[in-house]
Amino acid sequence: MIDFELSPEIQRSRDLVHMVAEQAMRPIAREYDEKEGEKPWDFFRVMWELSKASPVDVGGGEQQGEKSGPSERNLLTAVTIEELSWGDAGLYLSIPNAGLGGAAVAATGTPEQERRFLARFREGEPKWGAMAITEPACGSDTAAITTTAVRDGDHWVLNGTKIFCTNGSLAVEKSEGFVVVWATVDRSAGRAGIKPFVVDHHTPGMSVTHTEKKLGIRASDTATLVFEDCRIPLDNLLGSAEVEKTTEGFKGAMATFDATRPIVAASAIGIGRAALEFTRDALEKAGIQIRYGAPLHKLTAVERDFMEMEANLQAARLLTWRAAWMMDQGMRNNLEASMCKAKAGLAVTQVTQKAVEILGPLGYSRKLLLEKWMRDAKINDIFEGTQQINLLIVARRILDYTSKELT
Amino acid sequence: MVSFQPSEEEQMVRDTVAAFAREQIRPVTREADETGSIPDSVIQQSWELGLVAGAIPEALGGGGDARSAVTGALIAEELGWGDLAIALHILAPRLLVYPVLEMGTEEQKKEFLPRFTGPRFRAVTAAVMEPRFGFDPAEMTTTARRENGHYVLNGAKCYVPLARTADAILVYARLGNGGCENVAGFLVPQGTPGLHIAEREKHMGLKGIETYEIVLEECRIPASQRLGGDRGCNFGRILNQCRVALAALAVGVGRAAFEYARDYAKQRRAFGVPIAQKQAIAFLLAEMAIEIDASRLLAWEAAWKLDRGEEATREAVLAKQYAANTALRVTDGAVQILGGHGYIRDHPVEMWLRNARGFAVFEGLAIV
Repeated sequence: MIDFELSPEIQRSRDLVHMVAEQAMRPIAREYDEKEGEKPWDFFRVMWELSKASPVDVGGGEQQGEKSGPSERNLLTAVTIEELSWGDAGLYLSIPNAGLGGAAVAATGTPEQERRFLARFREGEPKWGAMAITEPACGSDTAAITTTAVRDGDHWVLNGTKIFCTNGSLAVEKSEGFVVVWATVDRSAGRAGIKPFVVDHHTPGMSVTHTEKKLGIRASDTATLVFEDCRIPLDNLLGSAEVEKTTEGFKGAMATFDATRPIVAASAIGIGRAALEFTRDALEKAGIQIRYGAPLHKLTAVERDFMEMEANLQAARLLTWRAAWMMDQGMRNNLEASMCKAKAGLAVTQVTQKAVEILGPLGYSRKLLLEKWMRDAKINDIFEGTQQINLLIVARRILDYTSKELT
Repeated sequence: MVSFQPSEEEQMVRDTVAAFAREQIRPVTREADETGSIPDSVIQQSWELGLVAGAIPEALGGGGDARSAVTGALIAEELGWGDLAIALHILAPRLLVYPVLEMGTEEQKKEFLPRFTGPRFRAVTAAVMEPRFGFDPAEMTTTARRENGHYVLNGAKCYVPLARTADAILVYARLGNGGCENVAGFLVPQGTPGLHIAEREKHMGLKGIETYEIVLEECRIPASQRLGGDRGCNFGRILNQCRVALAALAVGVGRAAFEYARDYAKQRRAFGVPIAQKQAIAFLLAEMAIEIDASRLLAWEAAWKLDRGEEATREAVLAKQYAANTALRVTDGAVQILGGHGYIRDHPVEMWLRNARGFAVFEGLAIV
């Protein structure tokens, strides 16, 4: 039965998280955008206590260990993350939790590894889990990873440089978290040789050499991690060390993206909604109502623009809910996850840019948050698979092509 | 609880209509476009699917099924995928039956609905659009005035499907100044003095279905023939039901073009490979697929709101606009992917482009 009504549980969580976003995030959004690199520790502690005390997932994206029939977990995550990102996208990204590193552990680790690495997120001081894939010379082409892991007795030895690692310095320098590092154990094996390794905080041989200055999401920590003969225990390799003949293992790892792309899409939509709501309020204060259904020759350009923005955003939201819902039903959602991510990234980029135009001098001013939302929105068209990478995945699925047939 | 899965019943209807579109509509679609006529057998066979009589109460001889805008959207997409002109012909009787069913008086239901429970297709229709630029319910130029227990209609309507063969036309006219709330519907039987059916219209697309301009000159009908009697009807809601139907039809037209272009791109070779292996083509197809799904979900959401009894003006307007844009871009993209071949009438994509362009213009041509 086709139904768009959120369950009462999800509505309650959404309302609770919205309150957090409104009261704990919006008031400090501008401050931590301007003071790029400074950390809002009070906010971190509030969010940490909330996530420990509350059954509501405040942005962890942590996966259920066991799949036990249909749930609403992924949809709940999408809905609550839209609220957090509505509060502030940069702050949302830096909420202490297992994050993308935790998602990788849950997707590829053994139950023992899950316990060993994830238990820490339910106790003590705020912690972060980060994920390191991108390198200076490889972004979307993850199969070209050059960071190496070489076995030496009871250890793996990591060498290489990772960039654009979200929450990297928070995870390994400023808390007792960890980072999941993707490295190759056999360069000649291509994708099949790439494996995920958990590197604990403060491991010798790992250093944070740089944090980026960015267009937007300035409250979010984006680190360069350098590994120089960094030794980690053998059992910090997630999954099997064997290099299979097929790329199934790597594909399994990439399946993490099927869960995280709807989350990124949802956070994109949160920013877009903030901009749209703000624009609507500003227009209403000026006595301009959007006249749905009025004939073309009576509509103003602003009304037409606004309706297009609104429809685009809702289209992105429904595609996102669908991808999350499919995951909850245990359906394969590789195509739909990329569809929603491609759509949401582009839609909010356009929506926020148009909102700045409509608001004119107010839109461009740093007195308001609109210009910041425009800067924040753009990252969603880039990270977790660029617009183009997601189109490529969609194209392969609809054409039934392998990654070799459609490059 | 959110779900994107049609119910078993909805899925059954969808599969049945999809099979009909594939097996009965598709083989005659080009011929209908070229000759301007749809084989009676196709219309008659569609009638047997019960797409019109299904929602009529059992007491009046119908199927007694609950009417659902969501199911209506599923049906419209499949028929639109088959052929837009044929879809509009098949669905035309709903334009009168559904408003009577939902908003008619008991007498109107008893008078009109049993006519559609027989074994043969019965043509009836509605007249919504007017021969002027744009569509503006607030400034509808067809008017009705009350006079001695009658209404007197004056004005002109266009894009009236099947007007010449219809038993009756549901004519919408303005009773006073203002928006949708001052528009009323009037059940005008064929042959009523003052109702003139003008010549068949010629359009860029929709060539298979007969549509007409009609003129009303001091056309008098008894007050009891006003849809809903003195209570009137909710024209805003009817328009929204039409918008959702058009959105779903647009999704069907877009999907047809997308599938054709996708299959073509996989077998057409250039520079030693299928052109689908070139990103310029593959990305265009990917965008088409995303926008078609996005349009469908917007149409479903608006339909779902209508089924909950909401007015859903915002959702219906946005879904229709979005789906109309998508259909245009997708069919244009399909012509582009086929290149010179896309421009030739041997392939259907040029026809789909002509049909899709209409969605930005159409109002009130189909209803869920």
